[in-house]
Amino acid sequence: MTLATGSVVLTAGASDPDAARIWIAILVIGIATYGFRLSFIHLFGRVDDVPTRVRRVLRFVPAAVLAALVVPDLLTIRPSVIATLADERLIAGVLAGVVAWRTENVFATIVVGMLALWLFRFVVFA
Amino acid sequence: MDEDLLAGVRDVSPLLMGIAPFALVAGIAAVEVGFDIVQALGLSVIVFAGASQLAALELFGENAPLAVVIGTAVVINLRVLMYSASIAPHFAEYGRRTRAVLAYFLTDQAYALSVAEFAENDDRSRWKYYLGAGGSLWVVWVIGTVVGVVLGAGIPESWGLTFAVPLVFLALLVPAMKDRPTTVAGAVGGGAAVVAAGLPLNLGLLAGAVSGILAGFVAEEVST
Repeated sequence: MTLATGSVVLTAGASDPDAARIWIAILVIGIATYGFRLSFIHLFGRVDDVPTRVRRVLRFVPAAVLAALVVPDLLTIRPSVIATLADERLIAGVLAGVVAWRTENVFATIVVGMLALWLFRFVVFA
Repeated sequence: MDEDLLAGVRDVSPLLMGIAPFALVAGIAAVEVGFDIVQALGLSVIVFAGASQLAALELFGENAPLAVVIGTAVVINLRVLMYSASIAPHFAEYGRRTRAVLAYFLTDQAYALSVAEFAENDDRSRWKYYLGAGGSLWVVWVIGTVVGVVLGAGIPESWGLTFAVPLVFLALLVPAMKDRPTTVAGAVGGGAAVVAAGLPLNLGLLAGAVSGILAGFVAEEVST
């Protein structure tokens, strides 16, 4: 239990979520997700398919959710255009995005993105 | 080892190269927001759905209300309903308990591989092939999480390792925007999330995601 907590340095302002909150989240998300997985596999013969209308909405979940996760991590609106664009995360993210698009390779995307982040953080903008 | 099981393991192995760094990031991110190794492992074993795990961790890191953490992760995993419906006829011959076990291993990758194989090869034992693929993914996911926890605890904060989280999402996002309506969904989802980033209760992610889903739906309605 103490393996991680002993040596971790938390960022300033980072949360230290209490154990009850963590376990409630894990259990509720886990149960809901398992319910989704089991749903039609269990009900087959009674309910055979997702209604077409629902399916046509669900089709957009991955693109919408992933973009909503990624973009705010790379881009923060700042008072000036230059301050907004001259951000190591945005530059690294755009480079990694090009790699993701050309290679569709998770590993290559992470490596290029992290190297670019370090280059700008520790060398260019240092 | 069994031929059908091995076929599943063999077909999934190229994908494991992509899953391993994803799992590492899940472990690292868990440590960075203050999870201990048991909690990190609990998340990977009980939820076993990478994108939702990373989103939940990110929201934990921002001290988001519990309902927002849960709601966001649940929306992300809604897509699994489609996989469940699509694969259900292939598992209909099995008993209730077998199906309950098989359901646990339903992931994007196990689904995609299995449905393709079932359509092509009627002689395959379905449950064995599926478990060969899904079980391998599970093993790599769990081991990767543990390695990530250990690594994350040893690497200084200034390296910004949590930046690997959006990078993983980016690598998943690009292939998800495969036609015009899904591209609209992504563009609106991302844009709305930036604008909504200041919303109280960390509702920006959820607001962005819902806007993107609706925009994609509308874009498709308009074009057809």
